[in-house]
Parts: sequence; C-alpha cells; structure tokens
Amino acid sequence: MTEITIGILASFGAIFVLLAAVGLIRMPDTYLRISVTTKAATLGIGLLLVAAAVFFKDLSITTKVLAIILFILLTAPVSAHLIGRTSYFSGVKLWKDSVLDDLEGKYDKSSHKLKSGIEEFPEEKPDQIAED
Amino acid sequence: MTLYDFLYYIILPILSISVILIMFRFLKGPSIVDRVIALDLLITTGIGIIAVYSIITNQPAFLDIAMILALIAFLSTVAFSYYLEKRNK
Repeated sequence: MTEITIGILASFGAIFVLLAAVGLIRMPDTYLRISVTTKAATLGIGLLLVAAAVFFKDLSITTKVLAIILFILLTAPVSAHLIGRTSYFSGVKLWKDSVLDDLEGKYDKSSHKLKSGIEEFPEEKPDQIAED
Repeated sequence: MTLYDFLYYIILPILSISVILIMFRFLKGPSIVDRVIALDLLITTGIGIIAVYSIITNQPAFLDIAMILALIAFLSTVAFSYYLEKRNK
C-alpha cells in the first residue's frame, strides 16, 4: 500500500516537472515561461518530496521535507516577480499576440519608479524629470 | 515490478528528459533572462532528482543537500535579477 502511494506521488511529480520543461521549450514569450516555471515546478517538486517523506516515515525527515516545501512555496513567487521586473526593464518584448500590457508607459525607464497613471500634480512632473 | 524498478526505470528517465529539455532552452535562450529562468528550473529539477535518489538508495541525508540547493537557487535568481537591473539602469 505504501509502495503504491509512493509510486503515484512520484509519477505525478515527475509528470509535472516534465510539463514544466515542455512549457519552457514551447512557450513563445519570456513572461509566459516565467509563469510555467513557477507554477508547475513547485507542485512537481512538492509531490516528489512528499513521496520521500512517505517512504521514510520518520518525524525528523517529514519536518525537513515540509521545511523544503514551505521554502520553495515562499521563494518561487518572489524570485519570479524579481526576474519578471528585470526582464520588463531590460526591454524584453511581449509576444506579438499578447492583448494587454498594463504597465505600458507607467514605468519610468531611467529611475525605475512606478507611476499610478493618475497624477495628482501634473505640473510638478517636468521639474522632477529635469532634476534626474 | 518493485518500487526500486519503477523509480529507476520510469521516474528518473522522465526527470532526465526534463533536464535535457531545460538545458536546450538554457543554451538557446534569446535573452539572458531566459537563461536565468532555465537555470532556476534546472536546480529545482535537481532537487526532485535528489529526492528520488534518496528513496532509491535509502539515504535520508541527501535531503539536506536538497534544502541547500533550494537556498542557492533562490539566492542566485535574486542576485542575477539585481545585477541585471543595475546594468540596464
């Protein structure tokens, strides 16, 4: 029974990792690749680690596995956000069929500040740009 | 078919094929950001391979290395994005 559980968990984990790899090859755009990586790989690695925890049946190893899974779940969105921000600044183009770019014209490319789009004091803007 | 055979002849080859596909993107990647993403996913797949190997060899000590690899993957991605953004400023 335990072996069947381990087999099912490991199979789903490996399939998710394979889907992430295929998505990394097939996706047409850097931003879509970031999305594939963070979602599928996190679930796949989580299932593989849970399979190891089920196999060893030890409290200390289960705690270790839970710590690894929690760490990956916490850090994957943070690193994806950082690398997506960097790729937007470095001028990576969106896919030609992408319909919406919410940040169009709102990021200041030189100072890396985000504008809200509704500027309360529009007359102050030229001075700030001149100072920079 | 025992669990050992299943992991050794089915799960590990699937993970190896994933590593080869990710390596293709790592070598090809149009921009440097694609390479950083591929490196991140490569290390994450390595964590999965370490988990399967610790089951096969019955050695729970390998999971410590998996934890350290997770730390290194996060730190490398953060450092790469920080310095790439600084370079483009």
